Amino acid sequence: MLLIHCPYCDETLPEAEFAYAGQAHVLRPQDPSAQTDEQWEEFLFIRENPKGPHFERWRHQHGCGRFFNAVRDTVSDKFLTTYRAGAPRPDLASLTESLT
Amino acid sequence: MSHFSAFSLLKHAFFGNKGWTEQWPDSQPKAEYDVIIVGAGGHGLGAAYYLAKEHGITNVAVIDKGWLGGGNTGRNTTIIRSNYLYDESARLYDHSVDLWENLSQELNYNVMYSRRGVLMLAHNVHDVQSFKRHIHSNRLNGVDNRWLTPQECKDYCPPLSISPKARYPVMGGALQERAGTARHDAVAWGYARGAAMRGVDILQNCPVTAIRRHPDGSVAGVETAKGFIRAKKVAVSAAGHTSVVMQTADVRLPLESYPLQALVSEPIKPVFPCVVMSNAVHAYISQSDKGELVIGSGTDQYTSYSQRGGLPLIEHTVAAITEVFPIFNRMRMLRKWGGIVDVTPDRSAIISKTPVPGLYVNCGWGTGGFKATPGAAHTFAWTVAKDEPHPINAPFTMERFRTGRLIDEAAAAAVAH
Repeated sequence: MLLIHCPYCDETLPEAEFAYAGQAHVLRPQDPSAQTDEQWEEFLFIRENPKGPHFERWRHQHGCGRFFNAVRDTVSDKFLTTYRAGAPRPDLASLTESLT
Repeated sequence: MSHFSAFSLLKHAFFGNKGWTEQWPDSQPKAEYDVIIVGAGGHGLGAAYYLAKEHGITNVAVIDKGWLGGGNTGRNTTIIRSNYLYDESARLYDHSVDLWENLSQELNYNVMYSRRGVLMLAHNVHDVQSFKRHIHSNRLNGVDNRWLTPQECKDYCPPLSISPKARYPVMGGALQERAGTARHDAVAWGYARGAAMRGVDILQNCPVTAIRRHPDGSVAGVETAKGFIRAKKVAVSAAGHTSVVMQTADVRLPLESYPLQALVSEPIKPVFPCVVMSNAVHAYISQSDKGELVIGSGTDQYTSYSQRGGLPLIEHTVAAITEVFPIFNRMRMLRKWGGIVDVTPDRSAIISKTPVPGLYVNCGWGTGGFKATPGAAHTFAWTVAKDEPHPINAPFTMERFRTGRLIDEAAAAAVAH
């Protein structure tokens, strides 16, 4: 079971309290009617699916109920960091040093 | 390579079974191939077999980062069925079942296809309505599927509990009698042997690190651990690692990779005559010829490339199994494992050309690729050989996520397949 740190509750808790919510930093189009089919495909369906550090959203479903972002290595499943929704994307280079 | 028959078995038995030889050579890479297939699972080896047998293309290599059949081909719960809702899916999966029925004779290799029937249980009114809709749709498509009352379910599968006191009582079931199981690694071995017999090279323990392209954009070959290999065509059939491989050719796919788990019990005497699936409580179970109960679990909620998966899912699965089959509540589980499955947004596969000339992909099988092995391999080989899709896989393009012509088994699925 994963142990996940909720940046709002400031507690590290079992995975069963959390719901995964897909890739983070996917921006909803500002002007939907101006989007091309290719842009809709990209927004709706295409995901990074990296083998390595992954920016993703989680929700503390059975706790504070809030969404936050995380960086997790998809090979080891180790969390590199978690941060509040709306906070800027953290610098990957400084995080991956702690991977090794 | 020897031909298997009752006579050859007797002859070898007479000489103490000392005369058997290896069924395919351990090949070394040539400088160039007509077709390179990335991924030596059932789908990739099958595609090589059909390329050689039906299209006369024998200068083919199948390359794998591990050993053949060591990925999802050897990690699934071997369920075969074709009772899908949509016309496109019904045609593709029923084409597979047609091929399964004669596969042992076709390959001269016993894949132990067993038509033991797959029973899908309904536990609520929505299940009943949805399954009956599936049955009507299937019958219009010529796919075998019929409705059973709870007592008929019990008669078909005696270990089942149909007690009305259960938390989710059985309200009936949909039975596909033509469905069943097969021995998964024999499928990989049978296709490998058939392909190697026709001149296909199988390169194991040789990871493909990148797909290289000519300046005009078309495919040039693949970089591997054993150096660069030129190829006129490259066909990727790499399951959970498809995104990683295709990204090196700048092709982005609508895939996410999740761990999917399964487990087996200690071996017991034959007790379970069919395959039972329950979507509502999430349980999949059959019994192998070795006697183990083979139990399918679900995908983890998060994407991952770790071939493990979390224990909470196993706990959930085992709780569901003991609810539907209280007879098993003292059984001990022997081992569990995970495989990485590539899931598309509509839960239907992609067997398709790509924007890169000479590059083809067979992916997105999610949690249900084993049943499709022969049909997917057969239509994929056609697509690669003729540079155009077979009528059966023509709807399974990667462009459908742009045009909107989805094959939405995600919404239609009677089970998480």
